[in-house]
Amino acid sequence: MKQRIRLATAWLSGCSGCHMGLLNLHAGLLELFERCDLVYSPLADIKQYPHGVDLCLVEGAVGSGDNREMAEVIRERTAFVVSLGDCAVNGNVAALRNPRGKAATLNRVYPQPGGFTPDVPALGEIVLPLHHVIAVDAFIPGCPPAPDAIGQAIQRFVTRM
Amino acid sequence: MRSAELLDRMKKAREMLAAAGTRVSVCMGSPCIAAGAEAVLRELRAMYGGQAIHVTGSGCMGPCGRGPLLRIDRNGEPTAFYEKMTPADACAAVGAYLDGNANGPGRLAPDFPFIARQTRVVLANCGTCDPESLESALAVGGWSALAQAIVHLTPEEVCAEVSASGLRGRGGAGFPTGLKWTTVAKAQGTQKYVICNADEGDPGAFMDRTLMESDPHRLLEGMAIAAYAVGAEVGFVYVRGEYPLAAARLRRAIAEAEQAGLLGRRILGRGFSLTIRVRIGAGAFVCGEETALMASIMGRRGQPVIRPPYPAQHGLWGRSTLINNVETYGCIAPLIRNGSAWFKAIGSPGNSGTKVFSISGDVDTVGVLEVALGTPLRHLVEMAGGVTGGTFKAAQTGGASGGCIPEGHLDTPVDYESLTALGSIMGSGGMIVMNDQRCMPDVARFFMNFCQDESCGKCAPCRAGTQQVSRLLERICGGDADLADLDRLEELCLLMRDASLCGLGMAAPNPVLGTLRWFREEYEAHIRGGRCPSNVCEREDSPCHGLP
Amino acid sequence: MPRLTLTIDGRAVRAGRGQTILQAARSHGIAIPTLCNLEGLTPLGGCRVCIVEVEGRPRPVPSCTTRAEQGMVVTTDSERLAAARRMIVELLLAERNHTCAVCVMNGNCELQTLATYLGIDHVRYGFISPLASVDISHERFGMDHNRCILCRRCVRVCNEIEGAHTWDVGGRGAASRIISDLAEPWGESATCTGCGKCVQACPTGALFEKGAVATRKGTICLERLVEWRKRGEP
Repeated sequence: MKQRIRLATAWLSGCSGCHMGLLNLHAGLLELFERCDLVYSPLADIKQYPHGVDLCLVEGAVGSGDNREMAEVIRERTAFVVSLGDCAVNGNVAALRNPRGKAATLNRVYPQPGGFTPDVPALGEIVLPLHHVIAVDAFIPGCPPAPDAIGQAIQRFVTRM
Repeated sequence: MRSAELLDRMKKAREMLAAAGTRVSVCMGSPCIAAGAEAVLRELRAMYGGQAIHVTGSGCMGPCGRGPLLRIDRNGEPTAFYEKMTPADACAAVGAYLDGNANGPGRLAPDFPFIARQTRVVLANCGTCDPESLESALAVGGWSALAQAIVHLTPEEVCAEVSASGLRGRGGAGFPTGLKWTTVAKAQGTQKYVICNADEGDPGAFMDRTLMESDPHRLLEGMAIAAYAVGAEVGFVYVRGEYPLAAARLRRAIAEAEQAGLLGRRILGRGFSLTIRVRIGAGAFVCGEETALMASIMGRRGQPVIRPPYPAQHGLWGRSTLINNVETYGCIAPLIRNGSAWFKAIGSPGNSGTKVFSISGDVDTVGVLEVALGTPLRHLVEMAGGVTGGTFKAAQTGGASGGCIPEGHLDTPVDYESLTALGSIMGSGGMIVMNDQRCMPDVARFFMNFCQDESCGKCAPCRAGTQQVSRLLERICGGDADLADLDRLEELCLLMRDASLCGLGMAAPNPVLGTLRWFREEYEAHIRGGRCPSNVCEREDSPCHGLP
Repeated sequence: MPRLTLTIDGRAVRAGRGQTILQAARSHGIAIPTLCNLEGLTPLGGCRVCIVEVEGRPRPVPSCTTRAEQGMVVTTDSERLAAARRMIVELLLAERNHTCAVCVMNGNCELQTLATYLGIDHVRYGFISPLASVDISHERFGMDHNRCILCRRCVRVCNEIEGAHTWDVGGRGAASRIISDLAEPWGESATCTGCGKCVQACPTGALFEKGAVATRKGTICLERLVEWRKRGEP
């Protein structure tokens, strides 16, 4: 019997739309999970990113210090990292703030003093695509990516294993 | 004026000069003016103006970094050069000379290499004649070659003479000048144009400015001979806006030449007419590219268009146009006067004549020097008094479009082919010498930022490529890059070279490719160790500043 | 009548004198990707996407501006060309803020289509993220400089076909911007006739119709217009 695949999904600076795309595989999910175990995901209540992950789909750009740490953990513990969706691939909507810069964006969104508290993850100076922070093995563009594209990408990986 | 009158006037001018006995000239080039030459000239005129000596402003004498410069000539005696003149020193030096002591304050040694080792052909009259006086130019043989050409030679014979001389374009690419002239001469159509490309914009290049400021008549004479040879009646000198003195002197020279019948209708009483106008650039490096330059003259946005068609077929307002560089025109008069065989005897086979270089950077004496083509690079550095602040590391030739020549190739003869073989180009003649304290990725970054700034934006590889290459170099110098960035850098450079529209974009990666070729280990040190081997990082103005 | 023969991708191709390599290739069903080119307008040779290799020439040449010559041997597709085209499109994608997800032309954009065709699924270069403005002062149209690739189709169509020359380029290099008149708001332009040809000609979402969910482009056949003009008929 073939080995089961340890699959993870992660959510950095994104809108969760790409995860919706994944869920929109509908019945395809059942097929998928015949070969995979979901070992980490915002869709599952698992606190720690585990070691020895085979495949990770990463949604969202790298927009904060927390995102960067998470991306590095993912890279270290994962064999094959995939950028899922436009935010991870090129920054997309998350990167709309880049031309104005961090300070101008914060001032615009939180014009009143005290509107913004520093006890949330610190924003990075600029929002970066995932592959500008860690090495990425494959890209699934789209906003959100078509469920079929996600399904095919995972399938291709599964058959390669 | 007819040619007999011209000869008469030349003779009188020569006689007047000879009668002056002692001639004191103060360089009135812009570097010397910046150093205070005007006050020196004023003081000398006030002190000696009424006497039997001839005090005058002149053109460039060479070692600009030692200005204000002064020279004293007396028939039958060696010329005495004096450096860093103040009004008081100048008066003392001239006073001592008149008293029989040529070693007054600031006297340069008679064998001062920067001056003594030059072979001056293009710059022959720079420093000896007053750039603001036609009479002074006539006294040193100015305009006699034009008279010779239009009286004794047919246009075809002029073209043949230039072809036979082996003269190649001094703007950088080295295209055979005679071939260009012949092409334009043979082109269909009655209205043709001649253009002088005086949009000298390379960092570290100031040869063309020197000639225009020092001997504008030489340039105009060359253009007039060219116009006669190709059949043009209108000429333009396209001078960059940053050269107001050059433009003013050219305008003055044109006015004087027109008044004397050397330009304008029926030159020297013959059937040949030529009007020359000065056009001023508005500060764009890309306007040195010939198609962009012509667009600018025609009042359009200064950006290149795709060649072919070449200007020789389809130039200004769609007419056949001859476009040459300042120095190329500067070669013409002596070439016609002395013949192509004489010209060919200077330099090396395939590289006839001389080349003017402006040498700067980490050398003892910054300035303009002219040597025979094929002179080893080492001689140029020696003439400039050697390297200062360290030992020789590299020389950048061809400015932002060129590459660097490392120490191991110091004995390379400076000619078109040898420099190309080393990944650099002759370029227009700017030469920047760098000592071992210089960080080569930082040098590449400087030139790339220049090209990014000067890209016209028409084609994507140059416009967007220079931005990306600049950022990559910024990362490398800042110690933030990885080895994949180095691959990306090379790949982008090759793309720009292959796919850009004009010479600016094609040549923009040269400084990067050159430094990568000879100093790759410096790039790797910045990346691997976050270390700048030249310790430029310790300088606060450096991008590498603050590296661990 | 075809008067010369050349070889494109190993096929013998006939071409009329004066035709470009691109025209000759297209008339024989050989596809060369283009971006700044638009049939009916003077070729610019700016985007360099349509570069091809010509035997005996050291560098690739743009097929949109290079005339076909007798006996020329042309290669339109090679690894070197594909790599160069990919890099050029990546450079363009990184240069301005092409956020496809929030673009009116998403799914109908020539830049996006070209990127897909060339297999670009990510951009290796750093995003420049310039601060670019959006001009919505015109009554019916808008100009979003974030999405402009400076192909100058709008400039050419306005000048060559409408004859208004409202558009031109201001600044240079990275600071180049398409400007109306003397860099005035489009809505205040004294020369703009409001014909909308520039919007039609724009390959991306830079020029768009206000209020429309999806700007319809390519509905005007410029080639026809040029033909009519030449015949002097409406």
